[in-house]
Formats: sequence, C-alpha cells, structure tokens
Amino acid sequence: MTSLLATLALALATTQHAPEATPAPAPSAQSEAQEHRATAPAPEHGAAAHEGAHAGQAESGMEKFEEETEQREEKLSDVLLEHVSDGYVLEYPGICGTHHHPERKALRWDCETDLKHVFGDSLVFHAGSTTIDMTPTKHLVMLWLGSAVLLLAFFVSVRRRALVPKGLYNFLELLVQFVRDEIAVKNIGKEDADRFVPYLCTAFFFILFVNLFGLIPWAATATGNIAVTAALALFTFFITQYAQIKAQGFGGYLKHLTGGVAPWLWPIMIPVEILGLFTKPFALTIRLFANMVAGHIVILSLLGLIFALGSPLVAVGSVPMALAIFALELFVAFVQAYIFTMLSSLFIGAGLVHHGDDHGHDEHAHAAPAAEGGHGSHAAGKVPSHG
Amino acid sequence: MTSTALAFLSAGFGAGLAVLGAGLGIGRLAAAALEGSARQPTAAGDIRTSMIISAALIEGVTLFAIVVCVLLAIKV
Repeated sequence: MTSLLATLALALATTQHAPEATPAPAPSAQSEAQEHRATAPAPEHGAAAHEGAHAGQAESGMEKFEEETEQREEKLSDVLLEHVSDGYVLEYPGICGTHHHPERKALRWDCETDLKHVFGDSLVFHAGSTTIDMTPTKHLVMLWLGSAVLLLAFFVSVRRRALVPKGLYNFLELLVQFVRDEIAVKNIGKEDADRFVPYLCTAFFFILFVNLFGLIPWAATATGNIAVTAALALFTFFITQYAQIKAQGFGGYLKHLTGGVAPWLWPIMIPVEILGLFTKPFALTIRLFANMVAGHIVILSLLGLIFALGSPLVAVGSVPMALAIFALELFVAFVQAYIFTMLSSLFIGAGLVHHGDDHGHDEHAHAAPAAEGGHGSHAAGKVPSHG
Repeated sequence: MTSTALAFLSAGFGAGLAVLGAGLGIGRLAAAALEGSARQPTAAGDIRTSMIISAALIEGVTLFAIVVCVLLAIKV
C-alpha cells in the first residue's frame, strides 16, 4: 500500500514539470475514451490545477485545430458528469462508425446510440403549454435491463422447485429467507410480517440487482438517479402510511400526527409532524442516491487523474486504488440494498405498533425496548442501593 | 475572489470536513464494536451486523454533505 502511494507520489512529482501532453492514445483498459484530455481544474487535482490553468490557455488555440481531427476534447468534469448522470446516449461495444466518419464501420469499444435520434419526436407529448418528453433515457434502459434480469433469474430458478432446493433456486431462497427472517420478522413482528415480505423482497432484490448492474462496464447505475431512489422511497412512504392507517384507524393516525400534546399546541405541532413524516423517505432517497453516485465519481476521478496529469506512470498507483474502491462499491451495493430494506421494515413496524402511553414518535420506538431493558436491570440491582 | 473560486474552495473544505466527521464517528463505532466483541465473543456476530448497519447510516449522513460539495464543485 505504501509502495503504491510512493509510486503515485513519484509520478505526481515527475509530471509536475512535464508539459501538458498532447492526447496520445495511451493504452487504457477502462471505458474512458482515449481522446479525453483534462483541462478543468477540478478540486481534487490540487497541485496540478495551476499547471492545468496555464496550459489550458495556451491550448485553447490548439483546441479548434484538434477538433478537426478524429479526437474529441472534453474536460474531465464533463466526462465525469456524463458517465454518472442520465442522458439519451447509450454506449456499448459493437460495430459502428466513428463520430466524424460514420461510414467506416469497424468493431469498436465506444459505439454510441442517441435515443433521441432513434425515437425522434414520437414520444414527446404536448399537453397545452407543457411538454412531456417520454423518450427513454440511459437510466431507464438500465432499469428495464435490471428488471428483466431479475425476473429472468427468479422465473428460471422457480421452475425447478423441489423440496430440497438446488442451484440458483437455493441461493435465491437463502436471500429471500434472510429478508423474511432477519429483516421483516425482526422489525415488523411475526404476525404481520408476511403481508409486507413481498414488498420488502422486491425492494431488496431490485435495488441489489440495479446497484450491481451499475458496476458492469458500459452500463449505468439506475439508482444513481435521484428520481429512481425518490420513487422507491415514496413506495416505502405510502406502504408505511397505509400500514399505520390500517392498524390504528384513520382517527388513530391523525391522533398520531398531533403528537400527544394539548390541543392549543396543535397548530404548531401538526405542521412539524407532517414535515417529520417526510424526513425519513428523504433520508432514504439521498442515502441510496449519494452512495451509488459517490462510488462511481471516486473511481472515475482516480482514473481521470491519469489523464489530468498526462502521464501513463500515474496508472501504476491509480488503477490499484480504483480497483480497491471498486471492491468497496461491490460491498456497498449489497449493504445499501440491505439498509434500504431494513429501514423500510423498521418504519413499517414502528407504524404498526399500538402505542399506549408513550409519544408515538418513531424515534421513541427505539427507546421503548431500551427502557424496558433499563427497568429490568433496575429490578435486579434494587437491593443494595438503600443502605 | 470570484464566486466560482469560493465555490471550489468551499467544496474542498466541505469534503475534508465531511470525511473528518465520518472518520471520527465510524472510528468510535468500530472501537466500541471491537471492544464489545472482545468482551463477549459469542455476541460477535450480532455486534458485527449492528456495526455494519450503523456504519452505513453514518456514511449516509456524510454523503449528504458530499452531495452538497459536488453540487458546488460542478458549479450548479
């Protein structure tokens, strides 16, 4: 590890005084296009920023000339954003022509399909003065692919169902049992858990598959789109409210919203409680979104460092670090699916509990078992205190 | 200093502070988990599960700050 850091430091030191390299096609196993060259002083390239700023001005004249060649010039931050955010361009390896010479078809690793060109205006709907653009985007296609793989995996494995499960069915049953026993039953309780296990399993497997999909080259993480995570959090929100209303009745649910204070405090309490209703789904949204996006940005930044500093020697330190972050991303994919499902089941379970005398805020649901533990130990240690 | 320069500067500071907070919090969490596992090795499995859950929650809060820093850095 220290040798890797030392190599990276050495590479940084040697490239400090080297002139900004012309975009030579350095051999790269990653999906960064070889033509990308960094001129943007992004905040993580601290020391190289000065050099980049100076060199950038000298090269703006050269850029127009270089645009006429086959290579595209893009800033590192633009490349980063393009990879991480949603768009209409799908990338895949295949047989196609380049951007400037569409007729020269060859087997390339950076073919592109612009979905706007494929669909044109056929899916753009105008309703009065508003325009609703329903053309599929990259993240939507990834959602479809993830769902297709998920459905395929489950339907194929269920066909061979037997009393003693084998193969893929065994593995999937392990995971489903984990969701049911460790997540649903522990948080919702034995009697009510089976009503919510289908939703929790769906959430868990969907988020897991879509997260893992994002780590495949050329694919994108659909959960890296805040609209997708917001939709998932909204599902949890609606199911939580539905479960709570069903268990406590609509009157009980409204009484829950007042928080158990005197009626003259209600005008203050009820808006606060309603706001508090939305913080949990908001936290679910941002947690899943930020975890997925942050990992990808770190990997891309580490690899982009090679291009920002212009020397292939940087790859010796940068690629192993990116590989370590990639392994962390694999772990984070599983953990985030688990956390989302567990928090959903926690919120559902907290809504189902019939609150007696305590306030009924969901945070206090955690305090209740702790208080019971405290009371228990009180009884044990009662004797020696009054000496 | 222009607002763009200030945005970049604050993005850098913000990312550093966020990592500081996360490192301190998760470090204390790991210390408590390890100590608990050492005191009672039979509870190590439960402690490990709780540790991972808590670490993911703390990291979620850190990533709120990181999202803000990224928004600043891409000049939105």
